[in-house]
Amino acid sequence: MDQSNIAIELIDVDKHFGAVYANDKVNLSVKTGTIHGIVGENGAGKSTLMSILYGFYQADSGRIKVFDKDFISTNSRQSIEAGIGMVHQHFMLVENFTVLENVILGSEDGALISESLDKARIELTRLAQEYGLEVELDVAVEELSVGMQQRVEILKGLYKGAKVLILDEPTGVLTPQESDELFRIFEALKKQGVTIILITHKLREIMSITDYVSVMRAGKMVAHRQTSETNPEELAELMIGRKVLLNIVRTEAKSGDPLLVANNLEIHNEQGIKRVSEVSFEARSGEILGIAGVTGNGQGTLLKALAGILPLSKGSIEILGETISPKRPLNPQELRNLGVAHVPEDRQRMGIISDFSASESALLGYQNDKEINQGVWLKRSLVKANCESIMEAFDVRPTNPDLKSSNFSGGNQQKLILAREFERDPEVLIIGQPTRGIDIGAIEFIRKRIIKMRDAGKAIILISVELEEIMSISDRIIVMCDGEITGTVDAAKADEATLGMMMANALPSDKKITEAQL
Amino acid sequence: MSDLFLTTVLTFDASVRVCIPLIFASMAGLFAERSGVVDIGLEGKLLMSAFIAASAASVFGSPWLGLIAGMFASSVLAMIHGFASITYKGNQIVSGVAINILASGLTMILTLAWFKSGGITPTLQGNERFLSITLPGVDIIDHIPILGVIYRELISGHNILVYLAFAIVPLVWWVVYRTRFGLRLRAVGENPKAVDTAGLSVEGLRYKALLIGGILCGIGGVYIATAYNAQFTKEMTAGQGFIALAALIFGKWHPYKVLAACFLFAFLQALAIRLQGVVIPGIGEIPVQLIEATPYILTVILLAGFIGKAIPPKASAQPYIKEL
Repeated sequence: MDQSNIAIELIDVDKHFGAVYANDKVNLSVKTGTIHGIVGENGAGKSTLMSILYGFYQADSGRIKVFDKDFISTNSRQSIEAGIGMVHQHFMLVENFTVLENVILGSEDGALISESLDKARIELTRLAQEYGLEVELDVAVEELSVGMQQRVEILKGLYKGAKVLILDEPTGVLTPQESDELFRIFEALKKQGVTIILITHKLREIMSITDYVSVMRAGKMVAHRQTSETNPEELAELMIGRKVLLNIVRTEAKSGDPLLVANNLEIHNEQGIKRVSEVSFEARSGEILGIAGVTGNGQGTLLKALAGILPLSKGSIEILGETISPKRPLNPQELRNLGVAHVPEDRQRMGIISDFSASESALLGYQNDKEINQGVWLKRSLVKANCESIMEAFDVRPTNPDLKSSNFSGGNQQKLILAREFERDPEVLIIGQPTRGIDIGAIEFIRKRIIKMRDAGKAIILISVELEEIMSISDRIIVMCDGEITGTVDAAKADEATLGMMMANALPSDKKITEAQL
Repeated sequence: MSDLFLTTVLTFDASVRVCIPLIFASMAGLFAERSGVVDIGLEGKLLMSAFIAASAASVFGSPWLGLIAGMFASSVLAMIHGFASITYKGNQIVSGVAINILASGLTMILTLAWFKSGGITPTLQGNERFLSITLPGVDIIDHIPILGVIYRELISGHNILVYLAFAIVPLVWWVVYRTRFGLRLRAVGENPKAVDTAGLSVEGLRYKALLIGGILCGIGGVYIATAYNAQFTKEMTAGQGFIALAALIFGKWHPYKVLAACFLFAFLQALAIRLQGVVIPGIGEIPVQLIEATPYILTVILLAGFIGKAIPPKASAQPYIKEL
């Protein structure tokens, strides 16, 4: 073997953006032909580090060696030539191109594309057989499922000759079954000598698939372990620097009367496309109803309709004594007055206004409250005082109501939004992706708060793409696929495999569990 | 009957003449917008190249030097647009509008400075402009009924730039859909990040697209001043750049469909001229302004989603900022 034993070696790599150190004297050594996991909280610097390897950013100082050769990459082309391929978290695909066109983009053989297309077709067929990476080649990428699109990304890397494949949070958008399929592909790649670097924050994946794992915290590499010699508890502690409760201890739910009853809902999204049909469920007081599903299967649309942002096309929602129907919609303001709070899925775009100060963002949706209005003027000092008090109650840091919303970390922005909604003492809470993209410490805090609201007798509807989140805090789980409910299960009896099958609507029809049977 | 036939052929012939700058400008816009840069400055580039071409042709006595000068002038404006909106990531609409205003003002000032006239250049004489070419065989085919008239009036008797315009369209199609450059061009307008991570230069591709656009748009301007007319006059492009933009949207950024849209809009203009003051029995006099406004009205209807859907390249109007 003329190939080196070490595929990638980083020595004292530094990278900072302004005053913030994204990578601080990072050392890493990845053995050829292994699966090497890199874990860390959001913002720990994992993605920055990999972007340096992929030539997207340049390191400020330090040395990088790829297969024992010194390596400085100033653009992605050089990294590709050195044998590094990257599958980004958000796919880098041209959606209206075919699979074949996407694969050859950037590595065409001549000025005309027909020849490259023919060559790629042959090569991809070979790769598909070798690694079990079958994809239809002449379909537009936008028509493929997310799992298939990811295969296209992997094929892109392999076609360009990647010997080291970096995958950034690859399972975030996949069903459990699709993830298992991906891991099977990893094994096949590993057998052929491909080195895989897996970036993730899911410890379960690290434990089940990797050979080695490195932990990053606040821009520093804090530990390297052989996976077989560590455990999730140790890794979690290394990631956040203190002990955490991975499983939140909670009491049995005392569910009461239904506060929200949805009957046979049909909802169209902003583009007028039908995304939800024949959806019925009820949310009871003192209970968390989790809605699971792969992103884009109608959960988001449903959430917006429940919050009054989208109108119903069919069906009705009975909510705290009022009935919403296509003929009688309620707007978000009216729903808020009724006692329905909404924490939107997209924190940045719907939850806050980034250019507003924290106190202004903490006011959104409640700006008409009598308490803070005096004629046409807002009582600024009261607004500020209110914000300060909810910031303290929810441990939002820094406790500065004048700071621009965008200057808070994701976790603190989310806490501010939750504080805003929770402190008005609503009866029904509609919460979308409460912990997406935020650190473990804040996740723990937020989940505890949600459970506290439940214990206070509120009805909570929770939508999350994290199955783990749904399973750990919900009392009942609804699974959605393609706009319909494909299963309803008691959280205590739920297991990941069954939920996964429901998420893909792959459960045999006689085994479908319906509300009536429960 | 034959009178009506001749009138129809002549109206089509006029449409062809009006159509040419629209074709060049809309193909220019096609390259720019396919690369993700909105090009509202087509109008300004047409005007500038018309002026520079008329000036150069007049001073040097050659339409060919006028052509080169016109293409160059338009390309310079295209590069200014690129500098503002690609390198400095400014707002593409604002930059385009600035180019229109710049061209409008600069042509006025330069006519004053160079020719001591407010907004016109000297009239081009004889072969200082592009003259019509009589295609071979007109005399023979002329004897054939119908076909003869069509060949003589519609197909023959245009200048070289007209034939060039119709040759350019399939060439553009071929470049966009069959070449490596075209693949990359379409990719950069849809998802510049995909292009960047494939190791290609987003900025480089967009500059190339704008440069091609500048050259094409330049030919359109040259046609207006040295072929369709015989001098530059103040604001002579009269919104053709905007109609070309409308045709680009109406043709959904596809070369052949854009060509069809150009011809439709040109036909409406030719019709407007022919119908001036004509009283149609039962309807009365059709307001010319209404026909002239039709391209814009049709485009608005299209954008509102009544006839199909115009989906622009996804990254259009967004400056590319490298981030994760």
